[in-house]
Amino acid sequence: MVRPVKHSRNALLTTKLSAWRSRFVLGMLALAFAALGLRAFWLQAWSTEFLQKQGASRYERALEIPANRGKIVDRSGAMLASSLPAKAIWADPEDVDAPREKLNELAKLLSMDRRELDRKLAEDKNYVYLKRQVDADVAARVAALNIRGINQRNEYKRHYPEGETVAHIVGFTNVEDVGQEGFELAQQQRLAGKPGARRVIKDNLGRFIEQIGSGREPQDGADLTLSIDTRIQFLAFNALRDAVREHRAKAGAVVVVDVRTGEVLALSNWPTYDPNNRGQLTGAQLRNRVITDTFEPGSTMKPFAIAMGLDAGKVKPGTVIETAPGKLTIGTATIGDAHPHGALTVEQVLQKSSNVGTVKIALQLPPQRMWEGLTSVGFGQAPQIGFPGTVSGRVRPYKNWKPIEQATMSYGHGISVSLIQMARAYTVFARDGNVIPLTMTRTDVEATGVPVFKPETAQAVRKMLEMAAGPQGTAPLAQISGYRVGGKTGTAYKQENGGYQTNKYISSFVGFAPVSKPRIVVAVMIDEPSAGKHYGGEVAAPIFARITGETLRAMRVAPDAPFATLIQPVDPVRESL
Amino acid sequence: MKLNAVLIGLLLVCALLLVTSQHRARKAFIDLERAQSLARKQEVEWNRLQLEQTRLAKHSLIDSVARRDLKLQPVSPDRTLYLNPPAEGVAGSTLAPQLAAAQAGR
Repeated sequence: MVRPVKHSRNALLTTKLSAWRSRFVLGMLALAFAALGLRAFWLQAWSTEFLQKQGASRYERALEIPANRGKIVDRSGAMLASSLPAKAIWADPEDVDAPREKLNELAKLLSMDRRELDRKLAEDKNYVYLKRQVDADVAARVAALNIRGINQRNEYKRHYPEGETVAHIVGFTNVEDVGQEGFELAQQQRLAGKPGARRVIKDNLGRFIEQIGSGREPQDGADLTLSIDTRIQFLAFNALRDAVREHRAKAGAVVVVDVRTGEVLALSNWPTYDPNNRGQLTGAQLRNRVITDTFEPGSTMKPFAIAMGLDAGKVKPGTVIETAPGKLTIGTATIGDAHPHGALTVEQVLQKSSNVGTVKIALQLPPQRMWEGLTSVGFGQAPQIGFPGTVSGRVRPYKNWKPIEQATMSYGHGISVSLIQMARAYTVFARDGNVIPLTMTRTDVEATGVPVFKPETAQAVRKMLEMAAGPQGTAPLAQISGYRVGGKTGTAYKQENGGYQTNKYISSFVGFAPVSKPRIVVAVMIDEPSAGKHYGGEVAAPIFARITGETLRAMRVAPDAPFATLIQPVDPVRESL
Repeated sequence: MKLNAVLIGLLLVCALLLVTSQHRARKAFIDLERAQSLARKQEVEWNRLQLEQTRLAKHSLIDSVARRDLKLQPVSPDRTLYLNPPAEGVAGSTLAPQLAAAQAGR
């Protein structure tokens, strides 16, 4: 049985609550809402930027787009230096955890010693390069080993397919892709690309689904076309290497210049190095002797003294000069010829390379005139060929010249030049009296020369230089079949520790061909030949002949000298019976 | 009331269209990315092949193969017949004597 309850009478309900309590709750709620509103307002109005950044960092990615370094190519487009993507293999030593055989395999792939690998993995860092510039296929095999803690990073590796033959011209870059030597250094600004950048939105699968903004396009480095012809470079390099070995020389250098455009077609040095494998490099290997070394040229200087004498009208090619008794005393010093010659014409002075005769011509010139002549063909000034380390050589100011100094300078002593200056200066004879600037980048325009000598003077000296390279001259070994050649030998004592070393020589030869219409100037320098021969005519002239002959044939220059054509092969093919 | 319904319908359609077009844009962008990365890969490959070609066409390699394997000899002018056009003839004014000489030599 249920007894009805009168609710209104319920004691609990009749309890009187004070009115402030409900108002208090209401107030608290209102306050809470106000706090929420304030917070929302705070987030929306004041910290938007921070929050948007936080959001962006969760779906946006800033990417760097790598730019390629420019290629270096030869005049016909053959690759001399080119970059390919490679990987840097790095490790976080704390994370590395792999069985022995896997690490052995890793060491083998990276061609590292196992102990060296262990040493690197024991380092107390969290980023250790194991090996840089690893080729892509090797890197793929490393990745396939799947060792925890061994990671890879993208980078570039520079390849030099022509290797040691063009090493001194092209140079090389370091692991950071920055040029260190040669054109890689000289043209770093041009060759290096500017990496681009962009921002993208990633989806949950890691795909890029949208690009934000326009980003910055990567700019690849510009390609560089050199004036070098790899065929001629190879010929010159081979000839030089063989000669340095044959004469047991310390070093050697060759440069081949196109007479029309002033382009350097070949520039070779020995010793050299392989830019792809630069384990132990010595300074001697790195030295680009053609450009950065100066030497006392010796007799290769004589044509300039004689040309100045002719140009000033002091002598004519047929003027007879008495060189007997082969000695000449100037002040307290005496200069002499290797063999006394007697009376010689100016032509014969150069042909026989008489010091006395040359000095007698040179001393008729005022010092200022001779200094101007030497300077205007480029001696004493660094050649502008856009290459690092060019030297100016030394031509002392004429105001301090003593007569003996002017005399020795006329036959190439007391003056120092680089081989490339010598080659450039000889363009004055190859080109009817004007000297042209040299360039190591390809150009298709003919060079404009600066007139130095009268055309008749240059032609007269050209004839004398042909005689000097002829049967009665100092360098009959410079002869090549099919082409008329002209040139001058030089043999000089080496200067060391402030004095001349009478058992150390520098043999040189500078010449041009074909004489009827010169196309190339070739300069050869051999440092300390020590296999018995040391005269320029015996050491340097045959190299000149080999390089010039092969180069002219490679350039398809028509022969200008008659020769008997035999169709008989050296090794006749036997007829089949 | 009716107008509102129509407008809501329109709004929904527009919203859906926006979603699909956004989706398609992203699809297209993914394709573009894929194509661009392929282009980059091809470019790298092209560079690699150019290098390879240079390596194989290296003069030192050709020279050694020609000399050693093929037993070839370098050109020498005494075994070369130069044919000069008559106007520029240096070694001979016409071709006939040279050819005759060559025939006789044989």
